[in-house]
Amino acid sequence: MKLKLKIWRQKNTQDKGNFKAYDVDDISPDMSFLEMIDVLNEQLETKGEEPVHFDHDCREGICGMCSMHINGRPHGPQQGVTTCQLHMRSFSDGDTITIEPWRAQGFPVLRDLMVDRSAFDRIIQAGGYVSVNTGGTPDANEIPIPKSIADEAFNAATCIGCGACVAACKNASASLFVSAKISQLALLPQGQVERKERAEKMIAQMDAEGFGACTNTGACSAECPKGISLSNIARMNREFLTAKASSDNA
Amino acid sequence: MLDSKVPEGPLSEKWTRHKFNVKLVNPANKRKYDVIVVGTGLAGASASATLAELGYNVKAFCFQDSPRRAHSIAAQGGINAAKNYQNDGDSIYRLFYDTIKGGDYRSREANVHRLAEVSVNIIDQCVAQGVPFAREYGGLLANRSFGGAQVSRTFYARGQTGQQLLLGAYSALSRQVANGKVQMFPRTEMLDLVTVNGEAKGIVTRNLVTGKIESHSAHAVVLATGGYGNVFFLSTNAMGSNVTAAWRAHKKGAFFANPSFTQIHPTCIPVSGDHQSKLTLMSESLRNDGRVWVPKAKDEKRKPEDIPEDERDYYLERKYPAFGNLVPRDVASRNAKYVCDEGRGVGATKLAVYLDFADAIRRDGRDTIEAKYGNLFDMYRQITGENPYETPMKIFPAVHYTMGGLWVDYNLQTTVPGLYATGESNFSDHGANRLGASALMQGLADGYFVLPYTIGDYLAGSSYEKISTDHEAFKEAENNAKAHLDRLLNINGTKTVDHYHRELGKIMWDYCGMSRTEEGLKKAKNMVKELRDEFWTNVKVIGTADELNLSLEKANRVSDFLELGELMIDDALMRNESCGGHFREEYQTPEGEALRDDENFAFVGAWEYQGPNNPEKLNKEELKFENVKLTQRSYK
Ligand SMILES: Cc1cc2nc3c(=O)[nH]c(=O)nc-3n(C[C@H](O)[C@H](O)[C@H](O)COP(=O)(O)OP(=O)(O)OC[C@H]3O[C@@H](n4cnc5c(N)ncnc54)[C@H](O)[C@@H]3O)c2cc1C
Ligand code: SF4
Ligand code: FES
Repeated sequence: MKLKLKIWRQKNTQDKGNFKAYDVDDISPDMSFLEMIDVLNEQLETKGEEPVHFDHDCREGICGMCSMHINGRPHGPQQGVTTCQLHMRSFSDGDTITIEPWRAQGFPVLRDLMVDRSAFDRIIQAGGYVSVNTGGTPDANEIPIPKSIADEAFNAATCIGCGACVAACKNASASLFVSAKISQLALLPQGQVERKERAEKMIAQMDAEGFGACTNTGACSAECPKGISLSNIARMNREFLTAKASSDNA
Repeated sequence: MLDSKVPEGPLSEKWTRHKFNVKLVNPANKRKYDVIVVGTGLAGASASATLAELGYNVKAFCFQDSPRRAHSIAAQGGINAAKNYQNDGDSIYRLFYDTIKGGDYRSREANVHRLAEVSVNIIDQCVAQGVPFAREYGGLLANRSFGGAQVSRTFYARGQTGQQLLLGAYSALSRQVANGKVQMFPRTEMLDLVTVNGEAKGIVTRNLVTGKIESHSAHAVVLATGGYGNVFFLSTNAMGSNVTAAWRAHKKGAFFANPSFTQIHPTCIPVSGDHQSKLTLMSESLRNDGRVWVPKAKDEKRKPEDIPEDERDYYLERKYPAFGNLVPRDVASRNAKYVCDEGRGVGATKLAVYLDFADAIRRDGRDTIEAKYGNLFDMYRQITGENPYETPMKIFPAVHYTMGGLWVDYNLQTTVPGLYATGESNFSDHGANRLGASALMQGLADGYFVLPYTIGDYLAGSSYEKISTDHEAFKEAENNAKAHLDRLLNINGTKTVDHYHRELGKIMWDYCGMSRTEEGLKKAKNMVKELRDEFWTNVKVIGTADELNLSLEKANRVSDFLELGELMIDDALMRNESCGGHFREEYQTPEGEALRDDENFAFVGAWEYQGPNNPEKLNKEELKFENVKLTQRSYK
């Protein structure tokens, strides 16, 4: 396959950045999207030019590191997969492909296609945990959990923290990401003690990081590679309202 | 002879006694000690969180943009624990025994027993954190049997156990970041260990965003930096997994143990072409229902569906009637290699064998197979574009895990006082072959339950005073790190870093992979040396050292792999026996199975750095087996 690529190049956060065009040929349909960029980068480096910088690590769709906006969609045209799981057979010979970083105030660009997602870590630090120390915990089977609840909590827990939901949202809202963690812990008995405080603190941190408000367009869930459900956002809103209604600091 | 500091007493009481005997740091004094933890995978995140909970000041480092993305996230199958929830006869002793035997009698009894002991606490801890393990309809935890174990002791969270365990440890870590007890440094890479009077006192790092070289001083340093499987270029490890931290510590005095012990996993998706950047594991559970075969004839051109039954060779079932398709990983891998060497491999590259579900689908129905393996079949289809419900999967072995690593004593301390190694970065518990679902267990055992005790013993004996980062040892390490990067940038040759990495990987795979010979290893040693020389005169690294620079990061890591590769070869050459994943063709039984030499090789080979271009010195830790009887493995 021969392809034309339009890739966002930006030296660092301060730089303005712009698109640059590249041609690649000899692309096999069996290559992954990132391997296609690897080919481009080897070409560039051999010519002494700066390679395209992008985040990636596991290349199996689980670490949440890869983050490319491809032809206007986070993680590209296929539903339910991350950029690293996308294969070139999803494209046709002669295609032009436009590649950009996530665009959101909460995710400043570091270089080319790499962004800073540390805001997500700070949101988790605000309350995305159960406060137990190591040791002294009860036997695991002393806390029976109905399978349906455990499965639902698991579904919420599969979020990989990639940020595609933010990139897909016209308001750059982080609601899907935040609600996935709040839901997981709100569903499980272990999360009950800190339930109200957690919702309040995590949502406050989300707002402080400059993410936009949720207007229920559903673009986040449609583009989420892990299919995190919109019902999590509804649950988060309920958690927040109950917390507010009974909170000491209301 | 190396002293492993294994405590006295009967096997099952050693750890309890040791916990009583180690020195304690008074709770009020813990805050006077700083500990550096490099790595935030299962081993590092659990250690950082626990040390901070105890009151120590922790500085944690990782090269990814968030601690949640460490390679541990990718583990699929599960985590072992001797809970015996299934009432099927499991016990701490049985888990201990299986691990020692599975490791082909090349691990330390006392460590393995401790691992089995604390395995039960890990599950309690994770559940308390809210890790959503699989459950039965009654609400209790579900288990499965894994990797040929005869009991169901593996806990799992669908095919994403590593992810859920890591997110649990990451949440505990995040809580301590919020408490101000852990200072987290993401996108920061350790470049050197700093020692003062022979003791570990800090590290030198590079901020991967700004390129800034910095020093961090502490009272002790813990490495939890993962395995080095990427020395083979292609492996199931994440792209960034590397040996740099461990290797630089090795050059500062930490012995490197059993470097050639590598695990090659039999069920991975085969290489599809030269562009391949990494390999994807398909869970080993597939071998419970899939049948492995190749055509009887060489150069078979027909589609697998068109090859009649009597022209197929189900070689594992033929050679190992008792275990069939469920032989251990090393045996399954080696046999796949043999049939491909005979020219009977399948697919475009002829480096693959079939894993066929047709019989299972006929027997149990498609729905049953889909319920068991649906997500794996989807993943396979996504990557290869083929539908495994209709045509057999193609699989081939791939590098997966490294049993070797920094040598540690019973306290997980390396040969450098104050430097500890945990998780896959140490050599400790898996001998010459690791059992499935035991790496997650070891990482969390080390981090939650072992290191937090044993490090206190060292800290209790050291002064509160912290060495200033202005100390000449820090300055010297900083200068060396900078000089190394500058040297890489100034070569300005003609070939990319990936070119050299790929070449190195090919040499290691061909000569120091699934099966090894003296002749091949000697040849490979020269090839690696030549490649290293060429790298240092002809590699092309773009950009500068004071910016975000992925080529430079890669070049720096590959420069260490080029040195490690040679040590792996030396180790494989030294070990004139076959054991576990280390198969020397000269040492096999008449039936072609690994032939151990317990008389001469029941030891850990721990290598000591002797300066650039000097051969490393071999030190031995004798392995004494007081509780198990050594037997030859047989799967016939
Ligand atoms: C595909 C796959 C599936 C697996 N499945 C299973 C399974 O089902 N069960 C099982 O028990 N095991 C499994 N394993 C093995 C297991 O996942 C690993 O052995 C284990 O997770 C390693 O954990 P760790 O904490 O030691 O290291 P890692 O998780 O590799 O973490 C290493 C950490 O060190 C950091 N680091 C490395 N170098 C530096 C440096 N120089 N400076 C700063 N930071 C650095 C990294 O950023 C990272 O945070 C699997 C492995 C693979 C590849
Ligand atoms: S909710 Fe989905 S899109 Fe958002 S971070 Fe999680 S996995 Fe990514
Ligand atoms: S690289 Fe890990 S999810 Fe894509």
